[in-house]
This record gives sequence, C-alpha cells and structure tokens, in this order.
Amino acid sequence: MRIQINQQTSYRYAGPANYSMQVLRMRPRDNAGQKILFWSLSVPHFANVTQGEDAFGNPLDTLYVSRLHSEISLTISAEVETTDTGGILRGVEEAFAPVFFLRETPLTAPDEAIKTLAASAITASDGSPLDLAHRLMDRVRDAIDYRIGETHAETTAAEALAHGFGVCQDHAHVFISAARRAGLPARYVSGYLWEPRDTEYEASHAWAEAYIEGLGWVGFDVANRICPTDAHVRVACGLDYLEAAPARGLRRGGGEETLEVRLRVDAGAIQQ
Amino acid sequence: MAEAIFDEMGLPGGEVRRAYRTLQAWLDETPHEILTLRREEAETFFRRIGITFAVYGEGGDPERIIPFDIIPRILEAAEWRQISDGLIQRVKALNAFIADVYGPQDILRAGIVPRDQVILNETYRYQMQGVAVPQNVYTHIAGIDMVRVGPDEFYVLEDNCRTPSGVSYMLENREITMRLFPELFSRYNVAPVDHYCDELMRTLTSVAPRNCPGEPTVVVLTPGIYNSAYYEHSFLADQMGAELVEGPDLYVMDDVVYMRTTQGPKRVDVIYRRVDDDFLDPLTFRPDSALGVAGLMNAYRAGNVNLTNAVGAGIADDKAIYTYVPEMVKFYLGETPILKNVPTWRCADPEDAAYVIEHIAELVVKEVHGSGGYGMLVGPKAAREEIALFRELVKTSPEKYIAQPTLALSTCPTFVDEGIAPRHVDLRPFILSGREIRVVPGGLTRVAMREGSLVVNSSQGGGTKDTWVLKD
Repeated sequence: MRIQINQQTSYRYAGPANYSMQVLRMRPRDNAGQKILFWSLSVPHFANVTQGEDAFGNPLDTLYVSRLHSEISLTISAEVETTDTGGILRGVEEAFAPVFFLRETPLTAPDEAIKTLAASAITASDGSPLDLAHRLMDRVRDAIDYRIGETHAETTAAEALAHGFGVCQDHAHVFISAARRAGLPARYVSGYLWEPRDTEYEASHAWAEAYIEGLGWVGFDVANRICPTDAHVRVACGLDYLEAAPARGLRRGGGEETLEVRLRVDAGAIQQ
Repeated sequence: MAEAIFDEMGLPGGEVRRAYRTLQAWLDETPHEILTLRREEAETFFRRIGITFAVYGEGGDPERIIPFDIIPRILEAAEWRQISDGLIQRVKALNAFIADVYGPQDILRAGIVPRDQVILNETYRYQMQGVAVPQNVYTHIAGIDMVRVGPDEFYVLEDNCRTPSGVSYMLENREITMRLFPELFSRYNVAPVDHYCDELMRTLTSVAPRNCPGEPTVVVLTPGIYNSAYYEHSFLADQMGAELVEGPDLYVMDDVVYMRTTQGPKRVDVIYRRVDDDFLDPLTFRPDSALGVAGLMNAYRAGNVNLTNAVGAGIADDKAIYTYVPEMVKFYLGETPILKNVPTWRCADPEDAAYVIEHIAELVVKEVHGSGGYGMLVGPKAAREEIALFRELVKTSPEKYIAQPTLALSTCPTFVDEGIAPRHVDLRPFILSGREIRVVPGGLTRVAMREGSLVVNSSQGGGTKDTWVLKD
C-alpha cells in the first residue's frame, strides 16, 4: 500500500517566547514492511534544525529558536510504501537485547490490578508467548474503552486501567506493563495508521511491540485489536511514550500554549 | 582478615610505629589545653568559611559543621605507593568496564558479569548506549573508599564513580593543620595536596569534546545552594577559575551548550557536573527536573560538550557490581588486583541470602543502591529490633541487599572528650582520569568519633582528619 502523510503541528503562545526547542521523533525508517519514498520537514525560517539519533536508533530532528516568536508551525510530508508482514518486525538493527525491554518505567510500573491482569492472561493462555500476547491484547482492550479526552500524556498505565477509558497510548502502556510483568519484553511504538475515511485525524497513532521467541518483535495495536498491517507506518520506539513521543520540547516565556494538529493519512488508492 | 584491631600509631603499652614517633613525642609535650584551644580555632575557621553539610532525619537545622579531628593520620611513602598503584589499576578497570557496558559489552558476552544485572540495573543509563565520549573516559573523578585492617592489608569498601564529594575537606584540612601546627608540620616531610585543583583543571581540559573550537571553557554545574555539597562546588570552581553555574544559566542552541553571561552567550565545552544523571536533561531523563538543561544530551551525543563524570558512570559503583571488580581487573588489564575487595554476599543469590539471614547479627548489610550510611545495618552493633527489621527486608527484597563481614577497621589516635583515644577510620583518595591518570597523595580520612563505632559517614556523626603521606 502507498500511504501519504501530511501533518501540520502549530504551537501558538499567548505572548512572545524568546527561546524554544523541540525534539522531534517523526522521521520513519525503512524496515521489511515499509520503505520511505519521501519525507520532508518544513519549519519557520527563523528556526534551525539539527539531526541526530537516540540510543534506540530513532532519528531525531531538533528544532531550535532563539529569538522572539509567538508561533511555531511544522509540516511533515511523507510517502511510504508498505507491505503486510503479519505484524512481525524485520529489517531493523536492534540496539538492545530483548531482555532490556523488561525494564520498568514510571509510566509503565505495574500496580496490583495490572499484575492481576497479567496473571489471568497467563492462566488463560496455552503457554506459548504468542498466545499470551494476544490474550493480553484482548484483556487490555476489554478493560479500557476508547475515549478521547479522558486521559493525557502523563497518565500512567495503572491510572488508565483504573479509569477504564483511554486512547491508544493508554492501551499500549497497560499492555506493555502487563507483558513485562508476565516476562514478555515489550515496548512502545509511535506511528501512523491509515483508516478508510476521507476526514482529518485527531492524532497520530501508537501501539506496542512484544518480543516473541522464534518470531522476534511483533506489533500489537491494542486499540484496534490487531497486529499492525500495511495500514501502519512505524516511526519511533522506546520503553514508554516519553521515549517515542513525536515531539518533546521546552520554551522560555510565551505564557499559555495552544496546540493544533492537522493530520491527513491517505492511501494510494484514493490519491488524486 | 585480622581479628585484633590494628592501631596505626600503635596502642598504649606497645611500640609506637615509625611514622608516628615524632607525633607521639609532640603530643607528649603539648598540654591538652593547647589542643583544646587549637580545636576551637579549627571550628571557628570552618564556620567562617561556611563548610557545612546536611544531616537529615534528626530534626532541627540539618546544616552541621563536620567535626575536624586535629591529630593527623600519617601514611609512609611505601604504604602509599601500594595504595596508589592499586587505585590506578582499579580505576583503569572501572573505566574499561563502563566503556564496555555502553559499547560492545564484551564482559557481558563473556558471562563474567551477568547481563541482567547490568541492563536491568537502575543505574544503567541506556541512553548512553553507543555514545562516544572523549578519550573513552567515564569516571574522571573517582573516590575510592578504603579501610585498613593490618599493616599491609587494605580493602576497598566501595567505589564512587558518579560525583564523589569530600575533596574540599582534604584540601581545607591540610590548610588548617598547617596553620594550627606549623611547627609539627615542619618536623615531617609531607607530600603536598594543594595542587589538586590544578590537576583537576588539567584533567578536565584534557577531555575536551571532539568539536571543541579552541581552548576549552570549563564550568562547574551545581544543583544550587540547597545541595549539601554546595560549598565544595563553589570552592572547586573558585580554585580552578571556572564559572559556577546552575541549570538555568545554561541553554542549548543548535546542539551546542551556551552559558548566559553579561557579555552575551559563551560557548561551554566541558561541564564538571555535580548534578545527578536523573536531573541533567528533562527531555531525556526525569521530565520534572528543574536543575538540568534541556537538550544537554543532544549536545553530548553530537560531540559538542563533555560531561564529567560521564552520564551512566554509576553502573560501576553499584554495590552489586562491586563484587565483580577483581574480575574486571583480570578481564580488561590481564593483571592481578593489587587492592582487595571485601568478601560480599549478594542476596540476589538464594544461597547467599540464606546465609545472610542466618548470620545477619554478625554482618554488615547494605542497600545495593544506597549511599551515605543510610539504609545499612551493622549487625554486631545493632539493637535486636533493627536486626529483625533487616532480616525481614532481606527476605522480602533480597535483590536490594548485599552483606559483608564486619571488618576490624584500623584506628588512629583522635582527640575526643576523654583525651587522646583510638577511633576507627577509613580513607577516600581521589583519582583523576583524563588523558592520564593522577592521584594526589592523600585523601579524606573519615573518623567515627564515637567510641567503638564503625560508621564513619558524616551523616552518621563521623568526623575528618588531615591525611599525611610522607615523602621518601
């Protein structure tokens, strides 16, 4: 499938800021299931961008502004050729051994409810790690209804499960937390999902990956109860949201911020 | 290990050891009133310069003056040579280990240090994986805590590879001793320590980042005036002629670190940081940190700034990793360790845990990640309830504890209320690693001022002594 992405992100401030920086993890890399045909980032003329890479191998584009400004707009345009790999990730150089992804983080620390959920999935599974991961995906999705605006970027896995509502980030966090608890290395993935519609998207997407002995890293899009297909574009990964977030930044001055994201994801079939 | 307690001067009735003979004679001829007077002068001096530290959990004002014992500790040249050679060897191995952990991980592959103990360790900063640091040096300033149990028997108690403090006491103690007792000092041929800050500056400039445009600009980054070691931060910056800065004084632009000055932005090349890893960069580590600099890790990865000590150096001073240091010396250097480790039981190992639970009353039990003498049990000195508490803690979270035999720490003559009496001591020498490794002859001697006490930490009522290394 050929997927076109067009994402405009605008930060508007109540007053002038004199310094901003944003670390962007928005640049996808090739793997066996996706080939990047085109990718561009455009930024305001008063901003500088540096390129780097973090320990996970995620490309970083860091934007710096050191003069007075009250708005920053970024535009990402991309075209990606995808194929369905049954959710199995191949063709990625891994910086860490799978066992590393058993590390807990503040956002994914399991509480009693998550431990119970993990234990019940272990009991129900046929003993294979793949079956366990699928059961975890079902149980997490059953426990958390999809609803926008109920949680925020800092919501922990434990809070999301207790709340019972959340978005893809929360589904991924609870899955990761429970999977690690059950002994399955797991990590957070940010990316895009094409859906058959012609309207704008509220946000980019997120899912989880679990390490399945014999298969390698396998994606679990918990929010949609599927393993990633050729409708998914994988961008960045980390132990949790904070490490794979599309943008993290800091600014001096400016007062209150208004964030606007306009995202279109189109498939080749409906390309004009 | 020696059973009897070794006194470095020689206990009353016995023979006075050679290095202490002149001191003994001087003590015999000096009335106690004079010593009391000198001690008061020393306290006034320390109070005036504001060298304090914080004690938590005892109520009241946490700021205290660390007690200074006016009687110096004396090491002979030959004794020091053995220590110094051992320290250099050990720090080389620790550095090689850290570089390996954040690089090829050969020692994990070889199965000498268990992989999980490193990569699941809280102190392992995976964000450093694959980051190239100048000269491959990670622990630029190391403080190695040692104890002595016999004339030639030294043990390393723990390694401090992150931001070891205490060097300002080493320097101030020497200064005050020379002022109070010029006549005694002149009877000895003592190796100087006052060039430490020059050596520190030389070390820091020798590890300038690869993109440093010229003569490197060095700054000292402090968490601020509320930090218990703030005095030391300002002292070292002052002595080196470097700026003392806090997080908000720095910012990152185009992956380069700048300091705000009255003349405009100034590029910063080497940061001697006394801020913990967790707080260095809110965009990489704790997002709520206000002490660090956003984007610092970007600049570090890009080779535009160097941080000393390196981010992640703490993996080498974790108390569970400590037990493998002798193996590291063999693995990386192909040498036999000169300094010995204290035998250690790792409670993560069920057999070790069982032994510790059974013999807990004879052992010293420590938290793997703890420091400062908090969260530790000295079995033979502890109350029954405390022993019971630690037994439960080890049972509940064995992986969080290690245990060691109670060592018969050496004693040194100390001027206390009862007069001159032996008190237990340890030693923290400071090792500087840049293009070369240097050890200033001396260190911080900490002394347990309470009779019989083995805990020398200043937070637990320990004091300090000037440490004299004699020249040949």
